[in-house]
Amino acid sequence: MLNNMLDFLKQPWHWSIAGVIIGLFVPTLLILGNKAFGISSSMRHICAAILPAKISYFKYDWRKESWNLVFVAGVIIGGWIAAHLLTNPEPVKIADSTKNYLQSIGIQEYGALVPTDLFNWDNLFTLRGFIFIVVGGFLVGFGTRYAGGCTSGHSIMGLSNLQLPSLIATICFMLGGFIVTWLVIPYL
Amino acid sequence: MKEIKDIDTLDFETQSLADAPVEKRTFGSLLKYLILGIGFGIVLVKAEVISWFRIQEMFRLESFHMYGVIGTAVVVGAISVQIIKRFKIKSLSGETIKLEPKPFSKGQIFGGLAFGFGWALTGACPGPIYAQIGSGVTVFIVTLLSALAGTWFYGLIREKLPH
Repeated sequence: MLNNMLDFLKQPWHWSIAGVIIGLFVPTLLILGNKAFGISSSMRHICAAILPAKISYFKYDWRKESWNLVFVAGVIIGGWIAAHLLTNPEPVKIADSTKNYLQSIGIQEYGALVPTDLFNWDNLFTLRGFIFIVVGGFLVGFGTRYAGGCTSGHSIMGLSNLQLPSLIATICFMLGGFIVTWLVIPYL
Repeated sequence: MKEIKDIDTLDFETQSLADAPVEKRTFGSLLKYLILGIGFGIVLVKAEVISWFRIQEMFRLESFHMYGVIGTAVVVGAISVQIIKRFKIKSLSGETIKLEPKPFSKGQIFGGLAFGFGWALTGACPGPIYAQIGSGVTVFIVTLLSALAGTWFYGLIREKLPH
């Protein structure tokens, strides 16, 4: 019985199950602590805690936002649990067309959740790896703060509350992704 | 200084900036957020939301998976918010649940595009960056540090940026 359940959990979860669970984080956080769902602000709190450097944007009491930092610490632990205790032995079943295209741009490793031939420590010191790992990360941090939220804060929390600015932000997230996917990544 | 004050309200995720009541930070009160975070991390990995391949599929319009995850989450979230509003449900500590309207800012366009560029490159939004580190792709520590640098850089130059 327990083994059956564990086997069930080890499979990749269907999008509808994941979507329902992720959506339920919105009322759960509101009811448990009157908190709006949002992840990227944790990065602002980390900056405020570690290197405020007299920048007015980082001068606030980040300790009042500890819940958010505890939440992302939980996400790290959850990532470990899912990858080590609920491991799916199969590679990600991506669309054939995506795989064919990715092979054509030189991506060979499909065994993990990310292409390990792209995201590894050695690759960090190549121009290609630097763009994917470092430049990409910088844009995520800069862009989410400039936009005032990320996929969780705008696309899920904001859209759930029917906010037009969150719809605009979400459209721009997607547009930015389309631009880089179609016009930049094939040439990297 | 007033302008700076105004753009402060544009960060929708940082709530202590508003004069919201802040609950005491006891071990117990924070533990529930740790457990919720663990749950969120598990879903992100098990639904392959943290997969760079899945994000490529999404932006190449070759799979419904990610659209299904995000779309379902929005529908469930929106119904929940409507129920909370309609029945004036209070938080566990008895507070009125506050759902602030979000003012428009050009940052949602420029910042939104910048985040989209980064999302396609790293295959990760902020939540998945943390989950990725936990799952063992340790090079994402560098991605996180770089995202922190990007956040810090925004703080440094934001008064010069259009909002």
